[in-house]
Amino acid sequence: MVIEQLSVFVENKLGHLSDIAEILGGAGIDMRALSIADTAEFGVLRLIVSDTRRARELLAEAGCVVSVTRVLAVSLEDRPGSLAKILRALSDAGVSVEYVYAFITQKQGNAYVVLRVEDNARASEILEKSGACAGGEGDIFPL
Amino acid sequence: MSYYQRDMECASRETMRKIQTERLAGTVAHAYKNVPYYRALMDKKGVRPEDIKSPDDLGKLPFLSKDDLREAYPYGLLAVPLSEAVRIQSTSGTTGKRVVAFYTQRDIDLWDECCARAIVAAGGGKDDVVHVSYGYGLFTGGPGLNGGSHKVGSLTLPMSSGNTERQIQFMCDLGSTILCCTPSYAAYLAESIISQGLSDKIRLKAGIFGAEAWSEEMRRDIEARLSIKAYDIYGLTEISGPGVSFECSEQTGMHVNEDHFIAEIIDPATGEALPDGSKGELVFSCITKEAFPLLRYRTRDICVLSRKQCSCGRTLVKMSKPMGRSDDMLIIRGVNVFPSQIEAVLMHAGFPSNYQIIIDRVNYTDTFEVQAEMTPEMFSDTVKHVSARENELLAAMRSMLGISPKVTLVAPRSIARSEGKAVRIVDRRKI
Repeated sequence: MVIEQLSVFVENKLGHLSDIAEILGGAGIDMRALSIADTAEFGVLRLIVSDTRRARELLAEAGCVVSVTRVLAVSLEDRPGSLAKILRALSDAGVSVEYVYAFITQKQGNAYVVLRVEDNARASEILEKSGACAGGEGDIFPL
Repeated sequence: MSYYQRDMECASRETMRKIQTERLAGTVAHAYKNVPYYRALMDKKGVRPEDIKSPDDLGKLPFLSKDDLREAYPYGLLAVPLSEAVRIQSTSGTTGKRVVAFYTQRDIDLWDECCARAIVAAGGGKDDVVHVSYGYGLFTGGPGLNGGSHKVGSLTLPMSSGNTERQIQFMCDLGSTILCCTPSYAAYLAESIISQGLSDKIRLKAGIFGAEAWSEEMRRDIEARLSIKAYDIYGLTEISGPGVSFECSEQTGMHVNEDHFIAEIIDPATGEALPDGSKGELVFSCITKEAFPLLRYRTRDICVLSRKQCSCGRTLVKMSKPMGRSDDMLIIRGVNVFPSQIEAVLMHAGFPSNYQIIIDRVNYTDTFEVQAEMTPEMFSDTVKHVSARENELLAAMRSMLGISPKVTLVAPRSIARSEGKAVRIVDRRKI
């Protein structure tokens, strides 16, 4: 399933990340998943939130640089080897993954991975055919 | 006491005035005849070459500035046919366009003689090994001291800048006695020599250090660490290069080579000439140059001139170390940098013009950081993409400025402003 991810430019400066978290928390925006890619100079914070549009507005108003990217969220069984199957199916089909991060859900036994690929539709198709996904994506924030 | 050209360096005031008067008249006539750009300026001011009868009449001549050099770029101020010009040197302009200066063979010879005076004043002679670690190329530092060393007859080591290991190895193996480089590089070399335990292996006795600001404290420190005497040297590409003025053993200011360059101090706001001893902007008129005879060129350096008798015997007027600038030019690691150049690179690369330049000095070496604001258009969810923008900006800065800043992308509006006006330059150097 394709979902919207919020990416935020984070300066490598004390307190910048807490500022962002406070803005979202204060507005009652729920975070479902989070990852940070960092370099020595800056970071890119990636978020899956309950209200992407509102979060984007609030952060932009606060002076943050924000972008919205459509990424692939895939549900899988929370047990060893599940992620390997998905990644193998993609690499066998020649699909490169830019980045990936995972989170588990409140539903027992289920996990999600967020995948950033060049072509979401094609990757979805490959994964569906491979039968590596668990299905049942009801508990992630839908697009 | 040794001199390279005693008759000029120790000439009486009357003799020097006579030489200056003659040469100034000749140069004004030459510029008026051969540089249409300057002729137009003189015509506009209603001054004819014959109105300039002595240095007292300098005030009648129009000023030239870096803006004129940009306006006339590249050949507009060249006063001889291309067939007569043999060399180009170059330095930073205020915005993008570099300043280019031209030399005939005679201009080069006279420039070399000016540098030779500086080397002899620092105790140099035929038996010395002159180690030149100024950059060679468009920068005047290397070529100037190199030429001066040849004139003196010293053995010249054209090291150029960089590769500290090799610098030190040659210094030890070949027995360099006089080091020519920027003061910050001298301090860095001193530190490397000491940390490698090579102090006993070097035979340096003097250093000629210029192209950037340095304090008396820094001088004493370099002198102690290298067991040398350290001399200041001053110059600018527009006028020739290093050797416009140089320090003697008294170390209380730099003697201006007045038989080639007439120095004036003016009020930078009104342009009015100020008497000797006043603090103001230094202005030079070249009186022997053929290819690039700039008259009343505003250096933007704030200085004081002194005619107090010097213990070295030279009668040449002395200028203080520049105490500041009347424009916003920065000198970073010996390189001239204008904020407007940085702004031009940012705009061209699509960044907002709200930037900040942070300069500091750590272990006698300048650190230089440019903070630019990130924009949503530049941003992406992948680090690869953002880093690529950062690297592009760095390459563009390097190409424009000739030195590499550290480029840091910051969040918008995070750059400090005071009373609505952004603080563009934070210079934390304590010189």
